[in-house]
Amino acid sequence: MYRYILRRSVSGLLLILAVSLATFFLMFAGGDPATRMAGESGSVADIIRIREAYGFDRPIILQYLSWLGGFLTGDLGRSLYFDLPVSSILVERMFTTMRLGACAILLAVAIGVPLGVAAGCHPNTKIDRFALLFAVVGQAMPTFWFALLLVIAFSVTFPILPSSGLDSWKHYIMPMVVLSYFAAPAIMRLTRSGMIGVLDTDYIRTARAMGIVPRKVLMKYALRNALIPVVSLAAAQFGYMLAGSVVVESVFAIHGAGRLAWESILRSDLPVIQALVLCFSLFYIVLTFLADVVNAWLDPRMRIS
Amino acid sequence: MRIRILNIAAAIAIATVSGQAMAGKADDTLNVAFEEEVSTLDGYKEISRSGLILARMLYDNLLMKDIKTGEFLPALAESYKIVDEKTLDFVIRKGVKFHDGKELTADDVEYTLNQVSKKEYNTRYQITVSWIDVVEKTGPYSVRIRMKAVYPLALEMLAGPLPIYPKHHLEAVGSSGMSAKPIGTGPYRLVESTTGTRFVLERFDEHYAGSPKGRPAIKRLVAKVLPEANVQYAELMNGQLDWIWRVPHDASRRLASRPNLTVKAAPILRFAFMGMNPNFSGGKSPIADAKVRQAINHAVNKDSIITALVGGASESIAAACHPIAFACSKDVVKYAYDPKKAKDLLAEAGYPNGFPLELLTATTFPRSQVEAIAANLNAVGIKTSINEQQSAVMRTNYIEGKAPTYLSSWGAYGIADAGLGTSPFFGGAGDDVVKDPQVVADLKIADTTLDRDVRKKHYEAAQKRVAEQAYWLPLWAFSVNTAQANNLSLDVDPDEFVPFYKAAWK
Repeated sequence: MYRYILRRSVSGLLLILAVSLATFFLMFAGGDPATRMAGESGSVADIIRIREAYGFDRPIILQYLSWLGGFLTGDLGRSLYFDLPVSSILVERMFTTMRLGACAILLAVAIGVPLGVAAGCHPNTKIDRFALLFAVVGQAMPTFWFALLLVIAFSVTFPILPSSGLDSWKHYIMPMVVLSYFAAPAIMRLTRSGMIGVLDTDYIRTARAMGIVPRKVLMKYALRNALIPVVSLAAAQFGYMLAGSVVVESVFAIHGAGRLAWESILRSDLPVIQALVLCFSLFYIVLTFLADVVNAWLDPRMRIS
Repeated sequence: MRIRILNIAAAIAIATVSGQAMAGKADDTLNVAFEEEVSTLDGYKEISRSGLILARMLYDNLLMKDIKTGEFLPALAESYKIVDEKTLDFVIRKGVKFHDGKELTADDVEYTLNQVSKKEYNTRYQITVSWIDVVEKTGPYSVRIRMKAVYPLALEMLAGPLPIYPKHHLEAVGSSGMSAKPIGTGPYRLVESTTGTRFVLERFDEHYAGSPKGRPAIKRLVAKVLPEANVQYAELMNGQLDWIWRVPHDASRRLASRPNLTVKAAPILRFAFMGMNPNFSGGKSPIADAKVRQAINHAVNKDSIITALVGGASESIAAACHPIAFACSKDVVKYAYDPKKAKDLLAEAGYPNGFPLELLTATTFPRSQVEAIAANLNAVGIKTSINEQQSAVMRTNYIEGKAPTYLSSWGAYGIADAGLGTSPFFGGAGDDVVKDPQVVADLKIADTTLDRDVRKKHYEAAQKRVAEQAYWLPLWAFSVNTAQANNLSLDVDPDEFVPFYKAAWK
């Protein structure tokens, strides 16, 4: 078990390094950061001055190594756009995104699991069809479009919910619904297929034959087993939500990490992009790592393979 | 039961709507939204228009330009004198207070201008400060500014991008401190902010008497950043916002149909153009031939594109500058829309069947307008392929000679002077890919004298030559659409600044 965890940790670290290196080079492939920073009105002299001031005239590999050196000593650098320490911006924005993401994943589980159980227990009935329709619509509908529909419905036609910011609990409702509808279909589908599979097994048949009350059979014996893959899926979905948060945060003007990532790419704010990529990939890797460990703990066969 | 629930829902909705609709005027708070994040409230470092607009609420300049008459009005400086071509004297107004209660003196002016013109301060647009050699205090309320060389736009700069900061504060906290806690002499002061995204400003009751900005009629100004345009429209419609801007042509028509909203179009100094590089591919491309460039000028139907897609108060332009700018010639050759003539010119140049042409454009340039221009060029046989890039990438590629043409727009720092309209593109420096010796010579003379007649003569000569040689296809001067609550009186200035201090409730 420990060897397994060690192996996974090392590969996770290497992955983070590879991602940060790739981002660094991709940023330069996307154009000269100094020109972007100078803005439209910046003269060529301004561009040259910025290039020198921020060290963009050094070879890329040197720039990467100096960034890496800073990072290893705990210095994430300063944002080129805000002229503030990256860590201070990041903490503020990450906290917002995580809080929203956590609320949304809880909502997604709260909707997806019961719906999946109901559909799995009654396959090919009206409940099942409704659940499948819910899943198909959720997976097919672009997030930004759904978000705008909600804004039109609940901020314009019936103005009962605020459309921007995160100042009160009311502000959370629409972004949470959008993000969770992005994650719920997969959770629902997996719970449904898990339930159908488990309900058909011998031990459930035995439990039923022993006269255990159906609710207990369902909740204690069937659901527990059906939920094992759902746990790791939910972890992965939480990671995907960070990607979804770019769109949701832009629509609802939430100043979280997702939007910061998008805006920083447009402004070539390299130190912020690097720090965000690192955080996102670290977060995702930790989540999948935890899910793998939980699975390995649950299923010894995985440890051996 | 169902009817009762619906009734309750409707009642809540109506109560919320009417409550919000009155929100702005009722609590004397002007709620506005911008689409761009503000990076800093230090006016010398900011590039976003939203930040620069807020900076003008917080700080004042030595002078202020009356955008209608072109006259320089006294602001923090009571008066000024041009001592010689490279020296300016200013008398500082007495009794002007900063937001922290301290009084403005010559020390503040001297320190601010000397500090921001130092290389280490890293002022974002060096053109705004690089002309300053040194600023000397000549008395408790007087300063002398010495220029490095003759710079005809010195007063423009002092009236625009060069605000005066309090020495004691700037010295103590530096640029990032000024951004976090800005202290100026402006008509509004900052009371609350969230980094880059939300700013609450309150009227500064001790704003100096005699200020050309005047005393604001509205007590509070709340500016927030809403990147998604549809959310801006939604909040404007339900009264959470009182004012938004940069509303696209199609959306402005929809918003105008709302009974509680007014949509306005204000002409601004930004104009669109298509640049053509005669030196592309070592001067061996079709664009090297003036006849081809003239054909391109004849091929594009600017008026119909303006009517259908640009809208607002936009107008077509003929010279390489904004028509209302100082020394922008009205007397340049004009190329009427004439596709037949365009084809004839192409045939004369040896391209009777046209040729393929790459047109670079930035993602920020409205795609529908780009497509319309390309369609016009295709119609005369120039098979145009649009290459859309991030604006910085596009600009680098064009300057480095990697593409023959590009489509762009230019705001000239919001200063109505040909020195910032024509010269950056044809003056022989970085952005000039044409490098026509005759044009460069004229612009050099015009850029380095204070004599307005000489400047006018040489700028106009340069623009004439640019038009004759058709180095550009000048397109149109933009206007900006604003949508605002009916009970708000507010107009955008042509320099693309929004004077919120002049806003009032009707």
